[in-house]
Amino acid sequence: MSDVLAVADHRRGAVRGVSFEIVRAGRELADDLGGDLHLAVIAGDVDGFADRLSLAGVDAIHTVEAGEEFNHDLYAGATAALFEELAPTAVLMPNSVNGLDYAPAVANRLDVPLVADAVDLAYDDGLEATREMYGSKVETTVEVSEEPVAVTVRSGEWAALEERADVPVEAFEYEFDESASGARVQGFEEVGAGDVDIADAEFLVSVGRGIEEEENLELIEELVEVTGATMSSSRPIVDNGWLPKNRQVGQSGKQVTPDVYLAIGISGAVQHVAGMKGAETIIAINTDPNAPIFDIADYGIVGDLFDVVPALIEEFN
Amino acid sequence: MRRTTASSTAVPPRTTCRSRGVNRPEPTRRPLPTVSKLFTSDRGNACAMKILVTVKEVAEAADDFEIEGTDIGEQYLEYDLNEWDDYAVEAAVQLSEEYDDVEVVSATIGSERAEETIRMALAKGVDRAIRVWDDDVAAADLDVAAKTRLFAAVVEEEDPDLVLSGVQAADDGFGATGVSLADEIGFDWAAVVNDLETEDDLSMAHVHRELEGGIEELTDVDFPAVLTIQTGLNEPRYASLRGIRQAQSKEIAEFGLADLGLDADAVASPIARTAMYEPETESDATYLDGAADEQAGQLADVLRDKGVVSE
Repeated sequence: MSDVLAVADHRRGAVRGVSFEIVRAGRELADDLGGDLHLAVIAGDVDGFADRLSLAGVDAIHTVEAGEEFNHDLYAGATAALFEELAPTAVLMPNSVNGLDYAPAVANRLDVPLVADAVDLAYDDGLEATREMYGSKVETTVEVSEEPVAVTVRSGEWAALEERADVPVEAFEYEFDESASGARVQGFEEVGAGDVDIADAEFLVSVGRGIEEEENLELIEELVEVTGATMSSSRPIVDNGWLPKNRQVGQSGKQVTPDVYLAIGISGAVQHVAGMKGAETIIAINTDPNAPIFDIADYGIVGDLFDVVPALIEEFN
Repeated sequence: MRRTTASSTAVPPRTTCRSRGVNRPEPTRRPLPTVSKLFTSDRGNACAMKILVTVKEVAEAADDFEIEGTDIGEQYLEYDLNEWDDYAVEAAVQLSEEYDDVEVVSATIGSERAEETIRMALAKGVDRAIRVWDDDVAAADLDVAAKTRLFAAVVEEEDPDLVLSGVQAADDGFGATGVSLADEIGFDWAAVVNDLETEDDLSMAHVHRELEGGIEELTDVDFPAVLTIQTGLNEPRYASLRGIRQAQSKEIAEFGLADLGLDADAVASPIARTAMYEPETESDATYLDGAADEQAGQLADVLRDKGVVSE
């Protein structure tokens, strides 16, 4: 028992990027353990997905042909069944929104410990995981004294493994009746359509929690007006209903790659950074010198936006 | 207006919400309801619905802090109601306002300090609260499985129809307890819910799950269910003065492990935090220094240099 089972993520006919990352995480852990890496591909065009995921370092792909899209009862049941069949030391699942919907059920069903949202993994006489806490302000090491173990891995932390190889594919029989499932997917909806597509903008002025009050947005609107920029925001601004969803940058909002991204009062939580790290030049204004946004900024202003932004407006008036 | 009119059971309607205990059948997987099913109720009539909201008091670290051992020093931590749970509380209270005979009970695992947070939830409209704590719980490093066992015992005690929890806790961010609990107690579930509509007979919910990249999944979930609530679902209210006053007289029941039929094994965890450290900063930012107008002047030059503003 020294193998690793990883579960691929796909949606609406396409393999999601985290699948290539979880293969690398799984391969590295399997190497530490001296075992094989098994990859599970569940639902949809499993043969097509298996072909996409025939990657160097995967020892076997197990396909579960059932249903078209993600269903947590299917994923939890099939993953647990494969686990019992293969008896791995660890099962790795993505910490994606769908991962959040089935991974805890897998761990509970198998009665194994769950380490969620790992950003690094090592094995030395037991699994050691690195996790963040307190909104990414600190990192922690957690050690698991029991085996086997279930882990969810954060996307963007392992480099995608792209090198192709011939990998044996086996169909795994798992009986599943979707109509009997208590949670049934009815469809999908794209949100955030609207007047402006922030993904097209060359210059984004993006505002976050630091703006404090809705009426203070006027200040940012004025800056946007005098600079000809487009306004976007981090999640809390949209959650508060101060800006529409189509202005939200981040994991659940839009991915943007402007020439310049000016982040005002945005701390730089990992979900936000996922949506804007591809910007050519990142400039951050924040009162907290330790805010994670400065880790990815090209230019930083440690200061109060209520002093700096009016002065900046003055520069362009 | 009662919403349980179509019930055919012989038990007369009651106005108080009490646990229906052993009379309730085991939750079963039901097929897709037909239209007629949607407009009738077989859910009994002691109470239209009981909602359990799991609520956590979370710690937030100050901008400047120091690590002591494997945690941030107590003096650098401030405690508050978990942001995700605030939306879950609001969702529950809104349902209690929309339907007759809905009781909202909050459940917290936390020390006496957490009562302040619990009172806030009570002030916002939660009817009564449960706080799970004793010396064994205090001494434990609770992992997902341990929290699942504690909340499962509370569910057994309270017999809710709907459990609402936040997607994750702001401090340790596991994001797993709600779904783990659902699996343990045999409820259906949906994770990361950012839109919620219930059928009038409270037999099921139509939810949106917020996926990545601006896509939402539309899912029907049968009750009894656990829904993990994403921020932005609603606008959490502020507690009114009247609510705060009323909260003082609402019940916060304390449960220890023994009260829940559990022993210290229930909170034993094989996961231990052995180190905490500040991540190495990788910042190679050029800092624009000086007074605000000097900083703004340099920033204006950068923007002009990048060609995104004219002048």
